Amino acid sequence: MDGLTAVSQRAPGRWQIAEVERIRVETPRTKTFRLRPPMWIPHLPGQHYDVRLTAPDGYRAERSYSIASSPLDEGVVELTVDRLDGGEVSTYFHDVLVEGDQVEVRGPFASYFVWRGEEPVLLVGGGSGVVPLMCMLRHRRRTAPDLPMRLLYSARTRREVIYADELGDDAIVALTRELEGVPIEGLPRVQLGRIFPGLLAAEGFDSGLAFVCGSDGFVESISQMLLATGYSPDRIRTERFGPTG
Amino acid sequence: MASEEPRFVSRGFIGKPHGPGADRLPPGQYLERGFPVLTAGPTPHVEPSEWSFRIDGMVDEELEWSWDEFGQLPAEDVPCGIHCVTKWSKLDTTFRGVSVDLLLEAARPQGAFSMAHSFGGYTTNLPLAELTGGRAWVVTEHEGAPLPREHGGPARLLVPHLYFWKSAKWVRGLRITDHDEPGFWEANGYNNHGDPWKEERYWTD
Repeated sequence: MDGLTAVSQRAPGRWQIAEVERIRVETPRTKTFRLRPPMWIPHLPGQHYDVRLTAPDGYRAERSYSIASSPLDEGVVELTVDRLDGGEVSTYFHDVLVEGDQVEVRGPFASYFVWRGEEPVLLVGGGSGVVPLMCMLRHRRRTAPDLPMRLLYSARTRREVIYADELGDDAIVALTRELEGVPIEGLPRVQLGRIFPGLLAAEGFDSGLAFVCGSDGFVESISQMLLATGYSPDRIRTERFGPTG
Repeated sequence: MASEEPRFVSRGFIGKPHGPGADRLPPGQYLERGFPVLTAGPTPHVEPSEWSFRIDGMVDEELEWSWDEFGQLPAEDVPCGIHCVTKWSKLDTTFRGVSVDLLLEAARPQGAFSMAHSFGGYTTNLPLAELTGGRAWVVTEHEGAPLPREHGGPARLLVPHLYFWKSAKWVRGLRITDHDEPGFWEANGYNNHGDPWKEERYWTD
């Protein structure tokens, strides 16, 4: 594809054709795609890439996906994509793309829902809202392992926990639809039921930021709980995952 | 956005049937039937009794309307489509509110730029040229009902010809200036102008 994308120093704004280097199945509904764009620049944890699909007739569909990998993984970005039934782009990623394929991307973008090394940090994610938070957690583990950062992660069942094998003592998983009495293996800290105010109060910090990401209902509910536990609005950064397909 | 050539085609991608309305969508947008919510922080809770709308800065006359006073101004229905930078668009939806032309006329601005300010601290910048000529409103109703809180109620700016982050929720006023400054998203990687038909999403677009 030499010469197809003229890449300049303004590369983040330009569409590039990235190679799909590796696809990892995370859960029945999520896969992680490791992409290698020809011109890569380091991202801030929390940033996203745009992807664009083009049909032979010129029809195009675009979506944004959060980056899951640490910027220390030079030259690549990993996007974890939730498969939405009836979706247009996520189903293509899940059902069509194979390793070695090419996909058009541009990024990284946005600089508000990003972690720049502040401490302490509370991360609260629901479902695939954990993706940009995992980027923060991974980057912190590799750059500042002693920096106080805690993840509260709400998922429906054990099978739907993304990155399960990477969750350590710094993460608590709340399973909202798991049956009681089923042994939960492989997760160091787990509770049944939703994230509740007492948990946020116990795991939150007296200072620093909270990053909250998930569906609108999840984000609104967690934000209100954080306000009630003493977080001021300017300490709460939210990203609401809309219905993207 | 300039078209680049030769066009890359995604192997095996056909896309959904390009149904009615597809030709009314700006590039890169998809049609959404619902009304998703996007907010950078917790949703502010603003009672109409504490709401007011103020025009200040470089104006001949600083003005402020309380909720009740604002309700006395002539309102109009605004049928429009809205386009969020996160890729969804909603077509054929109707808001109701007061034209910004009417509000500015009374204040007589002396500058050509403005910053919209919201309860909760949100800001977005708009040249007056984008706010005038029957293209911007301060709306208090959506589909015949009071504007829901999560969508900016009691009142939001509505500038449907630009990406929807310019339509500031929980708007409390416009500050008129003689120079342009980036607002909240504009300082955080998003385009200063935000025309969806030119796909001006990010700084470098």
